[in-house]
Amino acid sequence: MKYSIFSLARAAFSGHKNWQRTWRDASPKDHYDVVIIGGGGHGLATAWFLASEYGIRNVAVLEKGWIGSGNAGRNTTIIRSNYGLPGNTGFYELSMKLWERMEQDLNYNTMVSQRGVINLYHSDAQRDAYARRGNTMRINGIDAELLDLAAVKKMMPFLNFDNARFPVQGGLLQRRGGTARHDAVVWGYAHAASALGVDIIQNCEVTGFSRDANGKVTGVETSRGTIGAGKVGMAVAGSSSRVAAMAGLRLPIESHVLQAFVSEAIKPLIPNVMTFGAGHFYVSQSDKGGLVFGGDIDGYNSYAQRGNMPVMEDVCEGGMALMPMIGRVRLLRQWGGIMDMSMDGSPIIDKTPVDGLYLNAGWCYGGFKATPGSGLVFAHLLARNEPHKEAARFRLDRFRRGAMIDEKGVGAQPNLH
Amino acid sequence: MRIVCPFCGERELGEFTYLGDAKPVRPSAGGSEHDVFDYLYLRDNVAGAMSEHWYHGGGCRAWLKITRNTLTHEISSVEPAAGVGAAKVGG
Repeated sequence: MKYSIFSLARAAFSGHKNWQRTWRDASPKDHYDVVIIGGGGHGLATAWFLASEYGIRNVAVLEKGWIGSGNAGRNTTIIRSNYGLPGNTGFYELSMKLWERMEQDLNYNTMVSQRGVINLYHSDAQRDAYARRGNTMRINGIDAELLDLAAVKKMMPFLNFDNARFPVQGGLLQRRGGTARHDAVVWGYAHAASALGVDIIQNCEVTGFSRDANGKVTGVETSRGTIGAGKVGMAVAGSSSRVAAMAGLRLPIESHVLQAFVSEAIKPLIPNVMTFGAGHFYVSQSDKGGLVFGGDIDGYNSYAQRGNMPVMEDVCEGGMALMPMIGRVRLLRQWGGIMDMSMDGSPIIDKTPVDGLYLNAGWCYGGFKATPGSGLVFAHLLARNEPHKEAARFRLDRFRRGAMIDEKGVGAQPNLH
Repeated sequence: MRIVCPFCGERELGEFTYLGDAKPVRPSAGGSEHDVFDYLYLRDNVAGAMSEHWYHGGGCRAWLKITRNTLTHEISSVEPAAGVGAAKVGG
C-alpha cells in the first residue's frame, strides 16, 4: 500500500471504503535474525532501520499489548534538539534531522509540525544559562535564537507579563522544534517496516530468555511460544528493569510515573511549544484544539500507569502563572505513563553483559523526540555490533567509569532528573 | 495516595518527599569500588511491595520507612525510621 495524492483520490471516489490495512498483523515464526522486544515507537523504528538501512529483514517486533499502547501513545508529542552536553547534542540533532524527512522516508503522514519550541526565562541567571545552551547548540550546527522580552511579547501576546514574582524576560527558541502525531509515528514505522518484511506480532508477552550452555541468548520465551533469535534487542522503556531481570541483569534505572493532560478544545491560541522557566510546565495546542501539557514526574517509584493529585496541582499552577486565562478551560483527560528514569537522566543504548542481548533504555521523559534517532542507532548497534558514532557516549558502563551525561546536574537521584 | 504518618496521622501526599528504595546501604569506608558502584547506581526497581524512605517535610519532619506496592500504590506499613541518614552507613 503506497500513499499518494492518487491513492487518496481513488479512495475518495469509492467513498473511502477500500483502504487496506497499512501493516500486517503477523504470527510468530520459529526463528528470526533479530527479535525486538517492544512494539512502541523505538522498537518499530529499530526494525525499520534494520530492514531499510542495514539490509536485515528477517526481523520480528514483539509487543505484549497492541503497538503504541505504552509511552508512544501517552506522551506530549514534542520534538526538539535543544540539549547542551556532548553526547546529547549530536544524538538529538541526528534525531531532529530524521524527523524532518520522516514522512518521505516512511510514505506516511506523521504530521510533523515544526512550529518552534521556546523555553521562557525569568531571571538574569536563567537568561545566561539559556544563552550558553543556545551557543552550545549553534556551535554544533543546531538552530537557536535568544529572544528578548519584546520579541516574546510579539510572538505570544497572551502571556501574563505582569507576574511580579516570575517576570517573563525572554526565551530561547528553536524554530525547527515542534510536534508530531505520536500514534501516526507508530503506525508509520509499522507501515514501512511491514512492507519490508518485518513481522509485527501483537499480544505476545516475553516471559523469559532462552540461553545456550555458554549463557548466550538464543531466543525468547513468550506467551505465544518460544521464538529463536540470532540477537535480541530490548526497547521496553518503563519496563526495562523487569525484562532485564529475566536475563539476570540489574540496571541503573528506576521506573517512575509521568502524567500528561489535555484540555477541552479551544480556538487556536498557542502557536508553538512553550515551557515555563520558573516551574515545570510545558504546553502545545493540538490540531483538534486541546491544550496538551505536562510537568514533573510524580517522584516515587511506580509501575501503575496513573499518578496523584499533588503533581496535577503543581502542573496546573505552572500553567496559571503563565496564562491566567486558561483557568476557565476545563481539563478533558489526564493519564500516566511509566518512565525509565536513569541515574544521570540520559539514555542507555548498548550491548549488555549477556551475549546476544542488546539494550535500549533509560529514556527518562524524553523518549518521543528520540524515536527516529533511537531506531537508527539501535539498529546500527544490532547490525554492526558496535555503537553508532552519535550514540557512543550512551554506554551502560558509563556509570562505573564516571562518564555521566547529566544535563540537570543533580547526580544519581532518578526522581530529580 | 495518602500516608498515615505515625506521628501526625493521615496526611496528603504533597507533604512528603521521596528518597527511594530503602534497601541500598552505603558501603563502609573500606568498601570496594564495585560496592560503591552498586550502592550508587544499581537498583532492583521492584515491581510489587517495596520498602522505601520518605520524609515528612510538610509535617513532623521525621524520616519514615514505608512499604508500598509499586504496581498499585497501596501502602501496607508506615514506620518511623529515625536516623535514616546514619542508618544508611553500613558497618
